[in-house]
Amino acid sequence: MDAAVTRRAFVEQIMGLPVSVHVRGPQAGFDEAATAVADLFAELRMIDAVFSTYRPDSRISALNRGEPVRDDLVDTVIDLCEQARERTDGYFDAHLPAPAGGTWFDPSGLVKGWAVERAAARLAGYESYVSAGGDMVLRGSWRVGIEDPARPDRMLTVLEVADCAVATSGPAHRGAHIIDPHVGAPASGLRSVTVLGPSLTWADVYATAAVARGPAAMRWLAGLAGYEALLVRDNGDLLATPGWPTRG
Amino acid sequence: MRRITLWLVTTVAVVVLLFSYRTSTMGASAPAAATAAGANAPGIVSGSTSDAAGAPPDDPTDTAPADPSSGTPSAAPTGAPTDAPTAAPRPTATTAAPKAASNLVVNGTVAQTRWGPVQVQVHISGNKITDVKTLQIPNGNNRDYEINSYAVPQLHDEVLQAQSANIDVVSGATVTSDGYIESLQAALDSAHFKG
Repeated sequence: MDAAVTRRAFVEQIMGLPVSVHVRGPQAGFDEAATAVADLFAELRMIDAVFSTYRPDSRISALNRGEPVRDDLVDTVIDLCEQARERTDGYFDAHLPAPAGGTWFDPSGLVKGWAVERAAARLAGYESYVSAGGDMVLRGSWRVGIEDPARPDRMLTVLEVADCAVATSGPAHRGAHIIDPHVGAPASGLRSVTVLGPSLTWADVYATAAVARGPAAMRWLAGLAGYEALLVRDNGDLLATPGWPTRG
Repeated sequence: MRRITLWLVTTVAVVVLLFSYRTSTMGASAPAAATAAGANAPGIVSGSTSDAAGAPPDDPTDTAPADPSSGTPSAAPTGAPTDAPTAAPRPTATTAAPKAASNLVVNGTVAQTRWGPVQVQVHISGNKITDVKTLQIPNGNNRDYEINSYAVPQLHDEVLQAQSANIDVVSGATVTSDGYIESLQAALDSAHFKG
């Protein structure tokens, strides 16, 4: 324990992503904070073991082989994926073309945000953030730089926001293109979409769906109560929903 | 900061107004709202305490969210930074944090806006709004597309060099394990590893 410490950072690579956790304030130096962060990382690794499509021993791989799977977490995610499909008019769809042909169930696009939101609950009461590859849960007030998709060393803008989630998606997210499920081809028209709102699960789903939908997603995003969005078009133009906080 | 605070407060205020509206006009207007095309009945959809599930689905007469005096302060996100000191670190967070008492799902009434009817559903867990779902939004037409496609040219003035931006965290679509070492987030992390 070190009372002088006012901010600590922790990083682990989980789900192919750097997961950064920062804890700030007088409690940051307490052993309890480090324990809570260790538990958070352990929870993310556990969820990855259940849902990784890269691991043949995961529950999701078993599900895709047609084996019976009884698992509360899997049931929860299947239900959320169905809700996501409905909420996004089908622009988020976990039933993706399989590498070997046909379709398979790949909830990865939802699991990351959901898992981080779930695990970050362990830091309730701490001024903290948990960011998994740029999608984050914030507790307390933090300054968030929104990366310029054309030049990742620069920021488009900086927001000072408190107690919310921020997710950014782009067409080249994690090296794989976001497919417009209605067309079956890579989506185009947007370089990135950032969504701000109360739930990381839904901020992330909405950002991903908006990229698949293209610039026409603007009207849909503006109608989502509680969530605000910033869109970067292919030509570099910026569009935001009316409630987007334009100055930090 | 003020702007964002204002934005959050506004968001919550709208939600609270919807609740308040329902109670203040329960006698006459609620049935009318409920009969609007495609509307979901306003009121509590589901509610539970940590292990006792199933509050009566529609008995809104004495429920908390309708009361601004109890609902607003605890639900307002801006309250949390000041909560931090009082919320002592949990001694051992070995089990899932005991989530606070109640989980509520509440449908707002259908609000008539200049663009058409709007209805939201709010999820509340432990006195915090955890999700807001849109049940009904105006049908699209060119006019509201124009209104909603709010361009933000002023952001172009804010293009910032990352190293001078004084930021805590980066949101972007490009941060992967492969690119992490070179990322700005890595620099932000390494500045605080010492502990």
